[in-house]
Amino acid sequence: MGKAVRGRLTVSFHSGMGIYRFYNDLMRVGPASIRQTLLGNGLKVLVQAEHTAPLASVWCWYRVGSKDERPGLTGVSHWVEHMNFKGTTNIPRDQVKGIIEQFGGSWNGYTWIDQTTYLETASKDALDRMLFIESERMANCLYHPEDCESERSVIISELQGGENDPDQLLDQEVTATAFKAHPYGHPTIGWLSDLQSMTRDDLYDYYRRYYVPNNATLVVVGDVDPEETLRRVEHFFGGIRPGAAVTRRCSSEPEQTGERRLTIRKEGTTAYLKVAYHAPGVSEPGFFPLLIVDAVATGAKGLNLWSSFRVPPPQRSARLYRALVERGLASAVSGALIATEHPFLYTVSATVTAGTSLAAAEALLLEELDRVRQSGITDSELEKAKTQLRARLVFDTDSVTNIAHQLGYFETIGGIDLYTAALSKIAAVTVDDVAQVARQVLTPSNRTIGWFEPLPIV
Amino acid sequence: MPLEPSRTVLDNGAVLLAKEARTTPSVAINLAMRAGSAGDPPGGDGTTWLLSRVIDRGTSKRSASAIAEDLDGRGITLSVTVTRHVLSLVCTCLAEDFDPVLHLMAEMIVSPSLPPDEIATRKREVITAIRQDLDNPAVLATETLMARLYPGGHPYGRRTKGSIDTVERVTREDLVSLHETWFAPGALTAVVVGDVDPVRANDAAATAFGSWRKPTPAPIAVPHARPAARRERVIIPMMNKVQADIAYGFTAIARSNPAYHAFSLMNNAFGQYALGGRLGDSIRERHGMAYYVSSSLDANVAEGPLTIRAGVSPANVDRAIASMDEEIGRLVADGLTPRELDESRRFLIGSMPRALETNAGIAAFLQNVEFFQLGLDYDVQLPELLRSVTMDEVNAAARAVLNANRATIVVAGPCAAP
Repeated sequence: MGKAVRGRLTVSFHSGMGIYRFYNDLMRVGPASIRQTLLGNGLKVLVQAEHTAPLASVWCWYRVGSKDERPGLTGVSHWVEHMNFKGTTNIPRDQVKGIIEQFGGSWNGYTWIDQTTYLETASKDALDRMLFIESERMANCLYHPEDCESERSVIISELQGGENDPDQLLDQEVTATAFKAHPYGHPTIGWLSDLQSMTRDDLYDYYRRYYVPNNATLVVVGDVDPEETLRRVEHFFGGIRPGAAVTRRCSSEPEQTGERRLTIRKEGTTAYLKVAYHAPGVSEPGFFPLLIVDAVATGAKGLNLWSSFRVPPPQRSARLYRALVERGLASAVSGALIATEHPFLYTVSATVTAGTSLAAAEALLLEELDRVRQSGITDSELEKAKTQLRARLVFDTDSVTNIAHQLGYFETIGGIDLYTAALSKIAAVTVDDVAQVARQVLTPSNRTIGWFEPLPIV
Repeated sequence: MPLEPSRTVLDNGAVLLAKEARTTPSVAINLAMRAGSAGDPPGGDGTTWLLSRVIDRGTSKRSASAIAEDLDGRGITLSVTVTRHVLSLVCTCLAEDFDPVLHLMAEMIVSPSLPPDEIATRKREVITAIRQDLDNPAVLATETLMARLYPGGHPYGRRTKGSIDTVERVTREDLVSLHETWFAPGALTAVVVGDVDPVRANDAAATAFGSWRKPTPAPIAVPHARPAARRERVIIPMMNKVQADIAYGFTAIARSNPAYHAFSLMNNAFGQYALGGRLGDSIRERHGMAYYVSSSLDANVAEGPLTIRAGVSPANVDRAIASMDEEIGRLVADGLTPRELDESRRFLIGSMPRALETNAGIAAFLQNVEFFQLGLDYDVQLPELLRSVTMDEVNAAARAVLNANRATIVVAGPCAAP
């Protein structure tokens, strides 16, 4: 698409619904540019040609995340992800290393509450290699017992590394406190006791149940010919047999009926504060208005879990930044509303400055959020938030890797239409929509408040 | 496609590199001032860092509040970073915002107002950040390693953020003096990459910086770093933590060292390739001892470090260090295999299109090119420079730096002091 958008740059940012098409062009995604196919075995395939660099990015997404885990097996999705880098029937263990790097490429993967995903971005010449790797990962991973044991230590090390960070520890505790029924409450990395007791068979059974083409989406974006790419995808994946349809049983979180609180008192140097509200899932009408609330409160983050949070938001004029950071009560404030399949959380966090009490920081933070709940936001705040979100959505798609991420991420949690329509949904939000969602979400009985109170280090 | 950036030197000495790239309707602006933490005044560690927190909080023409509204209204995040030798202002904006944003950033560089109330607020933020660092084993291990490798007040051994004491002592006059000493057009490189014509970029930069007149400061003198004479192991007990972080390192080379590319290949094979090179194979993959382990080479104006870092269970600290020692011994004694060298070479060459895919990536690459005077065609030359490195040169690089008997090792975490 690239150069084609330049002629439209005179369109105003503030012209409302008419900009939908224009901004989708800026985002480098749109329904017309994505080739969608469903293979006979149920594998959904999304291909988008993007001829801006001689690269291709391949992502394979599985609709399995920590919300699919039952008690006793928390962390299994993430551990399975680790095991799926350990060689396959046709990629011996000693040939895994360098299999993409020799094409100058990078690879990675992540697991979160709704999804597990794997990616390679490399020279377009490596497209066959990338598709081969992902087809092998889907069908032929090995799960040698000694590899499972070795990885147990690696994952426990990852867990402990996270616990070294008081902010992360508090986040884990606040999330667990906010949910008492829905499995979004347990950490994706799992509870330590489960990681210590899980067996190789637990891992392998889980792998076989969820790593089937009819539970996956393959995304290819880059300097590729879509028709030829689809032929290659069929070649590598077409012979993989579908699995039994995945059935999901997941408790709904009952409405929270009273404020919850927790305090971690532990040796440390810095106090942290978190306030988490149950929030709408991405398909619900309140999601985009709440995204505006977050932009007004803490600055817009965009919608790319892979890249948005790596760049700080534009937030110096945001309400909570002015209330807490500019007045010296906090050194940092942030908000997180992430697109999820089921209702998750809108979390506001603050790093409290030395000499400021957690109570004082909390009072000011809640006062500001209460002001939004009672009085909503202004027209000018709404327009500024929309401008920020539009810019962030442009910046979110600055590489083939990021474009491919966005397509797969949204397909996995509800469909790519959710993403391609994001700008029009943002453009359509009114101050009344914002006021309504603020009244619904930002109530005392819907929140969980967490403190990390540092004790003197002995 | 070669980058072929345009390079212009304004008559006041400021350098502009511009590269048109129309992948997205956005522009990356990267302004680098040769005024890093190495220029902190004696006893004033962290002064440059504090300046970086305040420099964008008011100019001779605009208040902090007006700047906040301007940036937020355009959806822009401005990042100000400090390294040993450079203070950078970096942002990505939509193409239509390029001119006003460049002018705003230029004002910050040329005439920051450094308001006292902003200094007080940012000082509190920095002190909180230092307190967070003091509770972070990874940061403490790395900073302590640097202090041990570069003792005696060497600028690479000092904390970039400073200490709570030094930051509390910094005055507005100190910041003004620092700006007066190091900020000058002859020390500035402006890089503009994106959906903007290079001629327009040149004109905008000339308008923004052309009237700035000031003599160019002499480069900061950085002493040569001596290799450690003996092995040293330091334990920083942090009994409130669950995991230990290891920082294991040596002084290495300056970027100007003719053997730089041999060192780069050696470091890649040793501690980067795939999931941490040989170190990753051993410590993470074979022994399952760490979630992360890797090495990094920070060749700088003076001899920068080669550092190995890992996060491990406290029970595995000794085994992990023994594995590092063993891998060093094996590399020094036997060298790389031809396959390893070939793999790292192919990776470093082949990864360039990814590194240069985004406007921000190209801008960072060009800043490096200008700072180290690598040549405007460095993107074209680099593959051949890597291809021409021989096995002997790579193995010589390993022998020159890696020696377990002279390693400096810092462990921070739940480990008792010796």
